[in-house]
Amino acid sequence: MSLQIVWFVLWGILWAAYFVLDGFDLGAGMLYGFLGRNAAEKAAIRRSIGPVWDGNEVWLLTAGGATFAAFPAAYASLFSFLYSALLLILFGLIFRGAALEFRAKSAGAAWARTWDLVFGAASFLPALLFGVAFGNLFRGLPIDASGYHGTLLGLLNPYGILTGVLFAAMFGVHGALWVSLKTAGELGARAQRMAGELWSYLLILAAGFLAASYFSTQLAANYLKSPFWAAIPAGAVAALFATRFFISRKRAFAAFLSSGATILLVTATGLVGLFPNLIPSRMDPAFSLTIFNSSSSPYTLKIMTVVALVFVPIVIAYQIWVYRVFRHKIDAAGGDGENY
Amino acid sequence: MDVLTLSRLQFAATVIFHFLFVPLTIGLSVLVAWWETRYVRTGDETYLRMTKFWGKLFLINFGLGVVTGITMEFQFGMNWAEFSKYVGDVFGAPLAIEATAAFFLESTFIGLWALGWNKVSKRAHALAIWLVAFSVNLSALWIILANGWMQNPVGYVLRNGRAEMTDFAALVFNGTGWQIFIHTVLSGFVLAAFFVMGISAFHLLRKNELQVFNASLKTAAAFGLAAALLLVVTGDMRGVDVAKTQPAKFAAMESHWETQTGAPMPLLVWPDQKKAKNVVEGLRIPNGLSLLAFHKAGAEVKGLKDFPPDERPPVLLTFLSFRIMVGLGGLLVILALGAWLLARKGRIAAKPLLLKALLFAIPLPYIAIQLGWIVAEVGRQPWLVYGVFKTADGVSKSISSGQVLLSLLGFTLVYGLLAAVDIFLLRKFARKGPEEAAR
Repeated sequence: MSLQIVWFVLWGILWAAYFVLDGFDLGAGMLYGFLGRNAAEKAAIRRSIGPVWDGNEVWLLTAGGATFAAFPAAYASLFSFLYSALLLILFGLIFRGAALEFRAKSAGAAWARTWDLVFGAASFLPALLFGVAFGNLFRGLPIDASGYHGTLLGLLNPYGILTGVLFAAMFGVHGALWVSLKTAGELGARAQRMAGELWSYLLILAAGFLAASYFSTQLAANYLKSPFWAAIPAGAVAALFATRFFISRKRAFAAFLSSGATILLVTATGLVGLFPNLIPSRMDPAFSLTIFNSSSSPYTLKIMTVVALVFVPIVIAYQIWVYRVFRHKIDAAGGDGENY
Repeated sequence: MDVLTLSRLQFAATVIFHFLFVPLTIGLSVLVAWWETRYVRTGDETYLRMTKFWGKLFLINFGLGVVTGITMEFQFGMNWAEFSKYVGDVFGAPLAIEATAAFFLESTFIGLWALGWNKVSKRAHALAIWLVAFSVNLSALWIILANGWMQNPVGYVLRNGRAEMTDFAALVFNGTGWQIFIHTVLSGFVLAAFFVMGISAFHLLRKNELQVFNASLKTAAAFGLAAALLLVVTGDMRGVDVAKTQPAKFAAMESHWETQTGAPMPLLVWPDQKKAKNVVEGLRIPNGLSLLAFHKAGAEVKGLKDFPPDERPPVLLTFLSFRIMVGLGGLLVILALGAWLLARKGRIAAKPLLLKALLFAIPLPYIAIQLGWIVAEVGRQPWLVYGVFKTADGVSKSISSGQVLLSLLGFTLVYGLLAAVDIFLLRKFARKGPEEAAR
């Protein structure tokens, strides 16, 4: 297996890990205004993600950095082509971080209301736009000999929007399950009910996404060529139904893990279909950026492989440890440590 | 304005903003870790209150450093796609390593530290802030090694229409990168020391919480003085290295036009780039420039006229930034020395004039640090990678000036708003003192 293929796999894992991890705190943020009925409940939601959102977001930086280091031409093209969409994602993430940092640090109803609104909107926007961006990758971008011909509005084609809404719904279910896992009493029960309701919409969206991917993208080709890989979309469907099963059994942790697996496998479904492209051209495959024509030199890939193999397991180990330290449910009365 | 100018403005604005938060994080993490360790060792509650008070300010500052850092990584691809394609094989690696080896560590353990006071043992909690301090500095190292390669490219060949890495060790042990790193970290220490001294002075002037703020000021003064003195040493080393690796930048820093042996250093200078000479020049120190550049009185110092006009950096900006930075540096050494001499004898609370000076000195290291980076980055122009790749060739081809204008306005607005809120909160908690932070 060439190092380029190794890095395609690693690249996919990093993005999928980012979606699984930041997915639940973006999702909890999106639903924050609907789930938290009073100040104490709102604080409980914020504190449930307080210790971990920062570490989750670094997976995005690592995924971005890995794209840069392993596939510089793809990184450069993708980020400059999707300039305006990425800008909106950035503003979303910046405002969300600011809302979390600032919300609890001053009194006053207007202050709280403003940052609550910002927090909700700025969590939804990146969730939706990451979906739109990846949907357009799956669909292919308008690239020919003279360069890129797309626009921000062009990204908002039906398939792009469908993928965006699918991502938002996946993150929503995942986030609601996180809140149900981390909080007790009425809030936890409400979050679980909401996860169940959202799940029904997610099912429709997922079915629509699979059908649209089959008919309006080239993703199916790889699966038809080697049907073995169909295990991945099948797994995604199974994980989606397992989520529903565990929600109705009120097994919050199992349901949360299942929704995480759904996000992971949906991402993998798209990426397996994409291989070996990173940015397929809709206009002429000759101008597609693939892992072979956009990668770094073998030397750099070798260095980066060693770095990834040494550090990623260490990162996973200490992140799991920190999650375990904060494994208990949030005490709604609150009071320990930094207030969020 | 064209895409290039707008993209340069945007990069400058966003990186300057990002670096308003980073230096305080670099220095204050170490101080907070030190005080928490003292608390764990001695059980003295004063240290706990210091940890919580300064820790609160640390956290308010930390968040914006993180989110504005994401902008920086994205911008290389968004606005500088041609640069990213050309150098990504070399330049991408340190950025990716920074995220993997350092940034994860600080972001994970800052969460544990902020919210884990009752969740882990006292020792583990103190260890968390040491891990944050360590990884914050490690982050700076990898980012600056990437910058160091742009200043002094090593360990690469030009092949397949791009720069390709051939020697990772050369990149990691690039002397220029390490020098800039140490100089930067020390400047963060000085900035944090003056931040702590200034706010402590504010409370001492009001006779508020004397114990906490006397102790804070004493530590910060010693820390700040040591760092400021080392900053002078590393600054001198930087000068020698720049004269060797980037002679055009060195000449611009000194507004030195004609190549000369035993070059003097005039104290009064005003450059005119169009006429390629100094319109004002006086008070020469004989052999000054040769001594500064090579530590040898007779050494030859290259002048700007040795370089074609389109390969000279903007002289006035580089020159003024350098002079003012050096001036501020000297002032900070004197202030830190005064504070240290009085604080160690416990007499500083009775010196209102010095206390006021310390309070008003808080912005000075911020200004000096920004000026230092202007020297480094503007002085490297017109190159992005010195001698290898020009700034004008680096900008993305697929973006329009309208897009960049909108994003620049957006950043200005968003960052301006966030800065206002952040300063409001820092001020609020700084004035309130330790009681509020303990809650």
